[in-house]
Amino acid sequence: MTSGEITSVGTAGAAPEHVGGRGAWFKKLPVVHQVRQSVGLQRGMLIAGLVLTAVFVLVAVFAPLLAPYGWSQLRDLDGAFGAQQPPSAEHWFGTTVGGYDVLSRVIWGARTALLVVLVAVASSIVVGVLLGLVSGYFGGWLDRLLVVVADAIYAFPSLLLAILLAIVISGGQSSMWGGILAAALSITVVFVPQYFRVVRAEVVRIKAEAFVDSARVLGTGHWRIMTRHVLRNSTRTLPLIVTLNASEAILTLAGLGFLGFGIEPTAAAEWGYDLQRSLADVTSGIWWTALFPGLAIVLAAMGMTLMGESLNDLADPRLRSRARSGQVSGAVAATAVEPNPKGDDA
Amino acid sequence: MRFLLIIPTVFILVTTVFALMRATGDPITAALGGKLPPDQLQQLIHAAGYDRPILVQYWEYLTNIFSGDFGTTISDNRPVTEVLTTYGAATLELACYAVLVALVLGVPFGMVSGYFRDRLPDAVLRILAILAYATPVFFAGLILKLVFSVWLGWFPVAGRVSTDGEIAMQLAGADSGFMLIDAFKTGDPAVVLDVLSHAALPAIALGLLTAGVFLRLVRTNMIGTLGTGYIDAARSRGVKEGRLVRKHAWRPALIPIITVAGMQVAMLLVGAVLTETTFEWRGLGFQLSEYLQARDFVAVQGIVVLMAVVVAVTNFLVDVIAALIDPRVRY
Repeated sequence: MTSGEITSVGTAGAAPEHVGGRGAWFKKLPVVHQVRQSVGLQRGMLIAGLVLTAVFVLVAVFAPLLAPYGWSQLRDLDGAFGAQQPPSAEHWFGTTVGGYDVLSRVIWGARTALLVVLVAVASSIVVGVLLGLVSGYFGGWLDRLLVVVADAIYAFPSLLLAILLAIVISGGQSSMWGGILAAALSITVVFVPQYFRVVRAEVVRIKAEAFVDSARVLGTGHWRIMTRHVLRNSTRTLPLIVTLNASEAILTLAGLGFLGFGIEPTAAAEWGYDLQRSLADVTSGIWWTALFPGLAIVLAAMGMTLMGESLNDLADPRLRSRARSGQVSGAVAATAVEPNPKGDDA
Repeated sequence: MRFLLIIPTVFILVTTVFALMRATGDPITAALGGKLPPDQLQQLIHAAGYDRPILVQYWEYLTNIFSGDFGTTISDNRPVTEVLTTYGAATLELACYAVLVALVLGVPFGMVSGYFRDRLPDAVLRILAILAYATPVFFAGLILKLVFSVWLGWFPVAGRVSTDGEIAMQLAGADSGFMLIDAFKTGDPAVVLDVLSHAALPAIALGLLTAGVFLRLVRTNMIGTLGTGYIDAARSRGVKEGRLVRKHAWRPALIPIITVAGMQVAMLLVGAVLTETTFEWRGLGFQLSEYLQARDFVAVQGIVVLMAVVVAVTNFLVDVIAALIDPRVRY
């Protein structure tokens, strides 16, 4: 919409949005388009975010090849690893108080985190978008009720809600898949209101457009109007929320694990749980059990936040950097979305 | 009349917490199941009234909350209200320090970042802000603790005050719950220093997280106001750049900052839960994780409801303040 006009004002390097016919589909893909649109620092941040995220995903996928030991392995052919061993040639990151290899747990932890993020984000998109679409399109008492409920949940401190749900779903500790699903679903409930609000707002706006009226006049069914005409035009801000939510999901998972609502160490590796166990180590000066899982969380969350931040700036004409176009800024209408003004996560 | 939404919001929050906590069964089985013979367990459940219809219990819960009765904890048999008031003060104190750190770091650096938009200072500050956001507050706490307490020995490892300080406070009869106020009451500078050195690391850990959000917020709004016509007008009249940023651009940027800053209360409380656990800061958050470990869901329910209501009320107050400052926001 506005971004097309604004970019063409003074951008040398970035392509206007309406470029090309069918052949240019590649350039219109959500993230590819933004990389082409960005310049300077923003492009650097976006690419750094993409690289970090790619590394995180690759480590998660190839964990079995990368990790020297299993996540709950205590001994190999030479005997037991021993507890709290400092980093050495056999154990690059040392061993934990429970006698696990820290490096292996950090690598396997990426897999747990990725699974939770995928399940959480996918299910909250499905539920949030569906509810937002139906609520915004039909309106009425259901819409009013859902808005009040969504606002109430949105105001709820997210980690606390996730804790309550983790208690309900799994009763605390559980197996690998049970734990992953419990964590993911707890995070889902926290995220649904965000998608709901954004999609509903767009749907309410688009439903009043002339092309929706004309579709209705032609006798198109509600379902078809909702999916083909309204939904397709209400999803432009979703990639941005997804990236920010993904980093929030990692932090929430870690927070849950840190408070003892994670996954049992024998069922899967989880960074938050490892940090909780390292709490006592730190007091006695053992640094390797805390540093490495913590860094893993920071890097994974940072990659996705960098991506989300730069996507946010690119979606906002007031914040988008322009290539040497001078100060073309003016009072541009507030088209930006504030995907996560609350951001209440540790 | 948007303000009236606070009533259904609080009602929904309380109902949600009640429903979720009861979906797993009654609190007594959760806390003591397996530790007591079944007939004794049944007796306790009956005595506490958990075998009555759920709607009756819900109604009783609502009316009790309304009169300020949150029930009695199962693990240590204390009134939940007492737990909330005793430890709430500690959490409030930590939150105040953290907001102070966040304001001192976030606001000036946000202004600098917005003014030098897309140049080196902005790049460095933004990366730092994102780093602050992406670092879990308990990891930041662990690292601070490792470096400044364990390795350098500059600050105490955990707690709110040393034993000597506590005794001095008891002798002075200071028990407001706010350690700093109590420390001043003793009139001993050593105690004040002791309290402050205990507070430094938790406040920085929690404050850094919030500072990152403030920085981003101030930056965005500064860029918005710096681009408007009256700034150019003021500049052409020869107003100095420093004054331009501090006076002319800052004022209108303040309103959205207040609104969003109010919404950070939820984040601050969640951060406090994790920070308190890291530093054994005996506040609501530390107590919450203790009660979670003990599976004492009556206490958990009380603490979570209190936190949710605090967040809802703060958001409500922020709306009111925003309307008072800016006539355009009136509903």
